[in-house]
Amino acid sequence: MLKRLQGNSRAQLWVGLLLGIAFGFLLQKGGVTNYDVIIGQLLWRDFTVVKIMLTAVIVGTIGVHALKSLGLADLHPKPGSVGMTVIGGLIFGVGFGVLGYCPGTVAGAIAQGELDALVGAVGILIGAGLFAAVYHRLQPGILSRGSFGDLTLPRLFRVNHWVVVVPVVIVLVGLLAWIESAGL
Amino acid sequence: MDWLTMERWSPYAAGIGIGILSWLAFLLSDKPIGCSTAFARTSGMIERLFAGARVNEKPYYKLFRPEIDWEWMLVVGVIVGAFISAQLAGTFHPRWVPDHWAEAFGSAPPVRLIVALLGGILMGFGARWANGCTSGHGISGSLQLAVSGWIAAACFFLAGIATAMLIYRGFGS
Repeated sequence: MLKRLQGNSRAQLWVGLLLGIAFGFLLQKGGVTNYDVIIGQLLWRDFTVVKIMLTAVIVGTIGVHALKSLGLADLHPKPGSVGMTVIGGLIFGVGFGVLGYCPGTVAGAIAQGELDALVGAVGILIGAGLFAAVYHRLQPGILSRGSFGDLTLPRLFRVNHWVVVVPVVIVLVGLLAWIESAGL
Repeated sequence: MDWLTMERWSPYAAGIGIGILSWLAFLLSDKPIGCSTAFARTSGMIERLFAGARVNEKPYYKLFRPEIDWEWMLVVGVIVGAFISAQLAGTFHPRWVPDHWAEAFGSAPPVRLIVALLGGILMGFGARWANGCTSGHGISGSLQLAVSGWIAAACFFLAGIATAMLIYRGFGS
């Protein structure tokens, strides 16, 4: 039943739309469609972004690995390399600090009337287009440098995934408790 | 139904909701939630309007075909969902410059818009270089315990914090 739904590409467009509506609703209600909240996080003044992300990661990690244990879901970790993930991540981070939105929250910000987000989204389209233009030159070189494939932490440590899930969840919950107790 | 019209929810409520959405995405669609690939596909679709079908032959667009897919619809959904949320709370209002920016750099729209455009270009380029963004790597990658996700998230925030501090401490008033 689930496999049939997953394989129905027309139905998947609707599933994507519905999940997106819920995602946008949650981002907006969470406050992260605001420049002030995101830049407040990067300036270490407002910990809303970290609280939302860590909570989502805690809940997601437990649930998705439970689905995997039950045979109901397969994981799709993205492949990476030092040249791809570190350098790309740092370029993205500079853009993050300058724009003050990310590709998901910029879409939500436009929907609440932020016109700078609209211009920022045009910038993201231009940046993505520029990358597509140079991809064939970067791919055999820097993007492949230091490749580690689609490695996950459980595979890196050669253990059952729960051996990693449990301590990661404990550390992240502890981090949130510390943030709250510090009044951040 | 007060919770629908509330302006803000607890970040923990929003986070739990997003975590549950990630389960649904794996269960119903066999996919992790992400946003930046949709921008790459849109960019390809726009380019195709001007340059024609040869755009499809670019190596990058063979990998990420310029077409509407699940994730593209997800980003459309984000716009719809955030709009509904803002409308229900009565917080929708068009605005050129965010408050925090205006306090530090003044409320002139052109300065903010030029900076937003430049920031967006860097972000779009970096997101495709890293093969993911704050959702695809930061949330979906991390929750799958993917090495790429944790490294990317650390780099996003390291460079983001350094850049924001530099801009606000260096140039802000």
